[in-house]
Amino acid sequence: MSDTEIADIETVPVKRPTRWHIAVFLAPAFLVYTAVMILPLIETLRLSFFNIVEGQLAFVGFSNFQTLFGDPRLSADFWNALRNNVIFFIIHMAVQNPVGIAIAAMLSLPGLRFAAFYRSAIFVPTLLSFVIVGFIWKLILSPIWGIAPSLMDLVGLKWAFAPWLGKAETALIAVSLISVWQYVGIPMMLIYAALLNIPDEVLEAAECDGITGWSQFWKIKLPLILPSIGIVSVLTFVGNFNAFDLIYTVQGALAGPNGSTDILGTLLYRTFFGFQNQMGDRSMGATIAAVMFLIILAGVALYLFVIQRRMRRYQF
Amino acid sequence: MSKARSAPVRAAFIHLALIAYTLVALFPVFLTLVNSFKSRSAIFSQPMALPTPSTFSLIGYQTVLSQGNFVGYFQNSLIVTVASIALVLLFGAMAAFALSEYRFRGNTLMGLYLALGIMIPIRLGTVAILQGMVAAGLVNTLTSLILVYTAQGLPLAIFILSEFMRTVSDDLKSAGRIDGLSEYAIFFRLVLPLVRPAMATVAVFTMIPIWNDLWFPLILAPGEATKTVTLGAQMFIGQFVTNWNAVLSALSLAILPVMVLYVIFSRQLIRGITSGAVK
Repeated sequence: MSDTEIADIETVPVKRPTRWHIAVFLAPAFLVYTAVMILPLIETLRLSFFNIVEGQLAFVGFSNFQTLFGDPRLSADFWNALRNNVIFFIIHMAVQNPVGIAIAAMLSLPGLRFAAFYRSAIFVPTLLSFVIVGFIWKLILSPIWGIAPSLMDLVGLKWAFAPWLGKAETALIAVSLISVWQYVGIPMMLIYAALLNIPDEVLEAAECDGITGWSQFWKIKLPLILPSIGIVSVLTFVGNFNAFDLIYTVQGALAGPNGSTDILGTLLYRTFFGFQNQMGDRSMGATIAAVMFLIILAGVALYLFVIQRRMRRYQF
Repeated sequence: MSKARSAPVRAAFIHLALIAYTLVALFPVFLTLVNSFKSRSAIFSQPMALPTPSTFSLIGYQTVLSQGNFVGYFQNSLIVTVASIALVLLFGAMAAFALSEYRFRGNTLMGLYLALGIMIPIRLGTVAILQGMVAAGLVNTLTSLILVYTAQGLPLAIFILSEFMRTVSDDLKSAGRIDGLSEYAIFFRLVLPLVRPAMATVAVFTMIPIWNDLWFPLILAPGEATKTVTLGAQMFIGQFVTNWNAVLSALSLAILPVMVLYVIFSRQLIRGITSGAVK
């Protein structure tokens, strides 16, 4: 094999030798990723077109999807979960990412003391597992323990306390904010790294032109970190439409009260593996997984082909 | 002149805001740790107070250590997390280098293919993964978890690392080639040291979902010998849900190793960022 290639090079000097190092660099990642991730995903998507007909697994076309969107038994749950999931995402975009950017902007100011301490401390919740976060907040917001009401009493807001996790109107917001509390560290870290990567010369040039403080952030830094903000947004989108663990830990698999915190992840879990007296349904589970796949695909395609294309890349 | 006068005021406001948010971030953790050392009545009567000699109690920890196998759980989580991160960083950096450095047919296609995994949660393929692991005889082994987490971590690692590798100067690599370095030497000796801050960031971001995952340990390795700390804590708390001492102690024990790992990783992260290699 290698002999013939060397011969090729000698006879046709224009042709470059096969660059085996590219294959060597790509192969390990490609193989693990394809075998453990892509092939099982394709198999699951394939399953969404199959269902048990007379005890046999048979191809049923789009009828699983028709059941999911239109069948009165399942579709109410599905549309409810989808709507809750959209609200869940909006709360993250509106609270988590601006707070993360603001903290990163403050941390990256030159000469700020204790910056390392703040950064490390604020990142702590992000490291904790959903099990820990879920139980801690359940305890804190629990009227039995009374931490939240007594803290609010300190600032004279005791009247405003309610068992937020237990009320259908507020449970989704409460759970979303717990998730925001946990994940603020991720936008903070990514934006912080991006801000540190802005060369000093650019900032010095801005200062020479009299652009400092707020206007420097809006006019110089923000445009330069837009690619990182894009990455943060797409990570938030994917993470939110794939969320499951926190709601499972805080509100259980039924995502109570009365399904008010049910999102696609918990719906998938209940449909797929069954819960209490509901039987697990592999095909309908695969169908919900396929719908989640399409939603996530649409969001990321929007990012890759519309938003990212319009961003400028700066090479310093 | 006005700038000089307003600077301390501005700094004070910034510190105030950061301290306020730091308190919000740390308070729940502090509350859990403090109350895990108190007796049951003190947990309810003075939840905010530090433990005093009269309220100090280790009953929760005694329950946890006698009823659960937390040392074994920690060990499993540590093995799975460290092995997965090592594989993700090595394989991910290699693939990111190939994608960002070379022009070859199918480069864009390969990049998109590998990026698919950022948007598609690996969980959606759970049933087929379980079938595959059963067929390969890997159920209830740590290897199954390491394989799944490596596949899960690779796409984001490749995505972030290739963004960073594009910023490594071409002149440096050209100089290396003129000096006769092989492509492997250029990758391992020139490029890898320069993207170390990005590697540290990727390591932290890869570590979090792996250490915290509940789903795959539950499905692929629920046996007592292979339980991770997240699964162990979840099952323990589920059993002892009304025993507040035990729950708070179990939570504290689950927090502790994460903090230790974090201290190690955060040094690496800070060293990486301040070394200014990427800059």
